[in-house]
Amino acid sequence: MESVIGGMLIGAAVSIMLLFNGRITGISGIVSGLLDTKTLDKNWRILFLLGLIIGGFVFKLVHPQSFTLISNAKTMDFIIAGFLVGFGTLMGNGCTSGHGVCGISRMSIRSITATVSFIAAGAVSVVLFKLLRGSL
Amino acid sequence: MKGLISLIVGIIFSIGLAYSGMTQPHIVRGFLDFFGNWDPRLVGVMGGAILVHGISYYFIKKRTSPLLHTTFHLPTKKDIDSRLIMGALIFGLGWGWAGICPGPGIVSMVTGEPAFFYFIGSMLIGMKTFQILERRKSL
Repeated sequence: MESVIGGMLIGAAVSIMLLFNGRITGISGIVSGLLDTKTLDKNWRILFLLGLIIGGFVFKLVHPQSFTLISNAKTMDFIIAGFLVGFGTLMGNGCTSGHGVCGISRMSIRSITATVSFIAAGAVSVVLFKLLRGSL
Repeated sequence: MKGLISLIVGIIFSIGLAYSGMTQPHIVRGFLDFFGNWDPRLVGVMGGAILVHGISYYFIKKRTSPLLHTTFHLPTKKDIDSRLIMGALIFGLGWGWAGICPGPGIVSMVTGEPAFFYFIGSMLIGMKTFQILERRKSL
């Protein structure tokens, strides 16, 4: 039930962004816009990311169990994964938030295609990880 | 005012991510582990989010402009190209490898756990690499 309520909060957040600012809340796009010197509208991006951090800090105080890291992944795994996520989300124009939540809600065929693709690749990745490291 | 909205959206979004379990990589990988001990919670998260935003989008799209801005910035591309699918597949490989995607990765940095800093640092390098390659191609 927590997952559905949390998901509804995410849905409410992206709705507020679209209604007031007219923006898609796609995390990869918001972050990559800050890395690109051509991007002029940096303020809302910085404030959104600041909000993510503030929300995380506050929620960690009241609900620290939401930040449990159980993983067999090593430092190198996080580095490899991070690079693939950064490169892939820009190449595919979005991540779980932009395609998975915002795009599917708009019934975008591109986002549905992307979401099916990254879930399938994620499933393959988990199988490979288990083969290589023994367990997740 | 637009900045304040962004800040508030960020706060609500991160609380939603954390409360739903998405800041715990084992829950995310549990969902992707279709041939193992499958964890359905990510379905609940995406279902809840899409339910709320699917309904709100229906009403928001009837407006000609957002409340604080002149135009909506919605994606205009409609075609399914190899770049979209290749990009999504590369992202998916990374997502499954660590159980972290950009939003939860950033929010989880509040734990101070080095793993998330390695992940996000490397993610930024991956993004920058793609931007540089793109720019070279267009020259």
